[in-house]
Formats: sequence, C-alpha cells, structure tokens
Amino acid sequence: MKRCMIVDDSRVIRRFAAKIVQDLGFETTEAEDGRQALQACRDQMPDAIVLDWEMPVMDGIAVTEELRRMPGGNRVAVIMCTVKNEPKSIQEALDVGADEYIMKPFDSEIVRTKFVLLGLIG
Amino acid sequence: MTPDEFAYTAGFVKERSGLVLTRDKGYLLENRLMPVLRTHNLKSFSDLVARLRNGESALHAATIDAMMSKDTAFFRDWKPFVHFRTVVLPNLAVARGIKKSFRILCAGVSTGQEAYSLAMCVRDAPALEGWSVEIAGLDISASALKIADDACYSQFDIQRGLPIRTLLQHFTKEDDYWRLDPSLRALVKLQAWNVLDEMFPLGRFDVVLCRNVLVYLDLQTKLDVLQKLSRLLVDDGVLYLGLNETITGVSGNFRAVDADAGIYAAHRGTHPSALSLATKIETQRKTRRLFSTGALFRFASGAAFSQRRRLSSSRFRQLRFRAGHSRGPTRFRYSFRRRWPSPASCAACK
Ligand SMILES: C[S@@+](CC[C@H](N)C(=O)[O-])C[C@H]1O[C@@H](n2cnc3c(N)ncnc32)[C@H](O)[C@@H]1O
Repeated sequence: MKRCMIVDDSRVIRRFAAKIVQDLGFETTEAEDGRQALQACRDQMPDAIVLDWEMPVMDGIAVTEELRRMPGGNRVAVIMCTVKNEPKSIQEALDVGADEYIMKPFDSEIVRTKFVLLGLIG
Repeated sequence: MTPDEFAYTAGFVKERSGLVLTRDKGYLLENRLMPVLRTHNLKSFSDLVARLRNGESALHAATIDAMMSKDTAFFRDWKPFVHFRTVVLPNLAVARGIKKSFRILCAGVSTGQEAYSLAMCVRDAPALEGWSVEIAGLDISASALKIADDACYSQFDIQRGLPIRTLLQHFTKEDDYWRLDPSLRALVKLQAWNVLDEMFPLGRFDVVLCRNVLVYLDLQTKLDVLQKLSRLLVDDGVLYLGLNETITGVSGNFRAVDADAGIYAAHRGTHPSALSLATKIETQRKTRRLFSTGALFRFASGAAFSQRRRLSSSRFRQLRFRAGHSRGPTRFRYSFRRRWPSPASCAACK
C-alpha cells in the first residue's frame, strides 16, 4: 500500500485530508510541524506528502528544500496545501521543488485530481 | 406537483432537450425548478405548468436551462485529453499540414472548461504555431454559456482538473477569480444551440466532443444525435464521448478506438478506417518530434509535470532520445514534406 504523510498544524485539517487520502487507497501518517515531518521521513520515506506552508516549527518551504536534499527525497511527490493563493506564492513553492499545489479550502475532488495528475492513482 | 403536471413538464423537457425524466425523478424536477419559480415570481408549480402550456417563451428557456446538469471540469477524466494531445494533435499536424487549419466541436460545452482545455493543448503544441484553429462550443443553456463567455473561474473550479503549472501559464488572478488568457478565450466560439436540431449549418469538424450529454437521452434520441454528429465529422475524424457512454454495437456510424476512454473514429463504408486521426499510425512516431519534450512528457506520462526533475539525468536523456530529441532539448523545425500516407500506401489499410 502506498503511503502518504499529512503535515498540518491543524488537527481538523489533518483528519479531513487523511480521510480523503485514505479513500484514495493510501495508508496515512500525520505530522503537526515541519521538523516532525522530516524526522518521520528519515525513518521511512512516504510516496507522497500533503504539506501545509505556514506552520509554527519549520514551514513547508523549508521542509521541501530539506527533503529534496535527503537521500530518496527526490522521489516523494510533494503537494503544497495552503491558504496562500497568489501566483507569486505558487511559483515560490514550485521553485523549491513542490510538485503540485492545493489552495485551501479544498475538497475530495480536488485532492483526487492532484493525485491523478501526479500519477499516484490511475 | 400533481402526476398530470409532472407528466406535462417531463414531456416538455424531453421534447425540447431530450432529457428523460422518469416518474421517480419528481424530486429532481421540483428541486431544479424551484429557482425558476422564484425568479419569475410564480406561486406554485401549477402556476408554472399553466404558463408553460400557454407558450411563454422566456419561461420555456428558463425551464430547460434549469433542468440541465452542467457539471464539468478542466481536463475532465484526463485520459481523453492525453489522447487528444499525444495522438490526435500530432496526426492533425501532419494530415492538415498543407491547409494549416482544423476545427473542433464541443457539443454540450457547459461552462467552457472542456473547450478551454482543448485550447490549452493546442496552444502548447509549438508545431501548430501560426495555424488557424477553431473550437466551437455549443450548449442549450444560456446561463452556462454566459459563464463560458466570461472565462473567469473560481478557485474551486480551477482546482478541478488543472495542473498547477498550467494554471500559472494560462490564467491571471483577479481578486478571488482566475481569468483565462484572452488569446485562448479567442480560440473558442460559443453558440446557443440544441443538439436535437440540425447541425449542418455549423460546417464540418475534424474532432467532435459530445461528452456527458448523451447519458441523459433515451436510445432513439441518442441514435439520432449520433447520426447528426457523424455527418458533421470529416472522414478521418474523431469523436469523444464520456467515459461510460459506450456506443459499441449501438451506432454503426462510429468505430471504437478506446471505448473505455470514450474515443471513437468516424466509420465510413468507403473510407479505410485505420486511417483515422484517432489511431496511432506509423507516421505518428515521426510527428512526435513536432512537440517539445516538455509537452510530450507531461501528457504522455499523464504524470507529474516535474517527473523530469525526479528522473536521473541519464534516464532523462534516454527518454528524450526515444522521443526523437537526440540533439536539441526543445523545439524542432519540421518541414511538412511528409504526407499523410495515401490509403494505398498505408500498410494498416491493406
Ligand atoms: C454534464 S454537462 C457536460 C459538459 C462537458 N461536455 C463535460 O463533459 O464536462 C452537459 C451539458 O450538455 C448540455 N446539453 C444537454 N442537452 C443539450 C441539448 N439538447 N443541446 C445542447 N446542449 C445540451 C447541458 O446544458 C450541459 O451544459
């Protein structure tokens, strides 16, 4: 089973996203800030990460940059998931290595679309 | 709504749009017509039915419009667009290389996403630079066409189907909405049209899409519409239907190319059916060069746009070589000397 990590400082959003991703056939793990997320990645790389941008400890941009430097970190599909919805922010996330981008609020259809686009599901 | 009123309204809707409403769809009818009651200041369904019977044309149009399901998305179902981009467009680039023009029809274009997805595919094909491409979008619903005409979408709408890089490339943000690049908007001509009516005044098309429209019709109406669509299609043309709208064994006018993805080729008694824009043929390998590596990868793999970054560089070079880009990374000039093979020389037709 493919694995997806949900990283967000809001428990509500983590639960909401995890449910959607589980319905797509993924096993999910959760982290509530960037540092926790990277720690978990060192133990076991997931196939995909749904990653919040603004978090109290280490933001999504820093996580993506760091992740891409880690061994195997290039193979993870990173989906930035944030309230930031300006073209400039989107470009910034893509430039540091995010593969896709979700603007909050989102629903299951949007998440499904992104997983299809990334080739994570058929 | 009384059984008699339901029967009248359902009959009216079927006659005007083809939409079949069985008795168990009473709730649907009432739900969708409620807003019409409000905007026209009608007191009850009986009131509405009485005025429909009276032949009030504004109310007729509003009733039909309200009854239509208009759900759609950019690159809906993804697969047909991969086919359009990787098979049909390269084939067109060769087969129409002399006149440098082709026409596409979206029957039931709804709020425009389908037509604009095609426009983006066309724009992203450098080989088609300077070509005259027309995409005609038809719909019976005036309210849907109005949104299509505006080509400005909410954050929710643009996230259904659009890859994020495509969004940045072709849209600009206006407050909370995203507006399509006006030059792409200009590729699409919108028209109010009922697919039950004659369509020959529209001329002929190389590609026809009629996706998620026929599902709502009964078999006979469906066959009639398919018959009309087949007359619009050129001999080597392609028809796209919705994913679950198989017509194999139902209509003799089309031949399935990939029924699961709703892809059909025009079927002409006299025409060699293998020579279709919908079919990968030998020439296609050569025409792949017409497309930039990026575009090819993005759509051939149907996967991450940034897949390339994740491939090791030697693996990437290998793939690029296979796609015919052994020398240059981006655009390839191509002289249009290679012709669409004549039926006699096409191995597949013998
Ligand atoms: C479910 S939408 C599909 C939109 C788009 N083709 C897609 O697949 O995403 C169906 C559209 O067909 C239109 N439609 C239904 N019956 C029609 C008719 N008789 N003539 C023209 N358009 C019709 C509806 O108004 C609606 O916008």
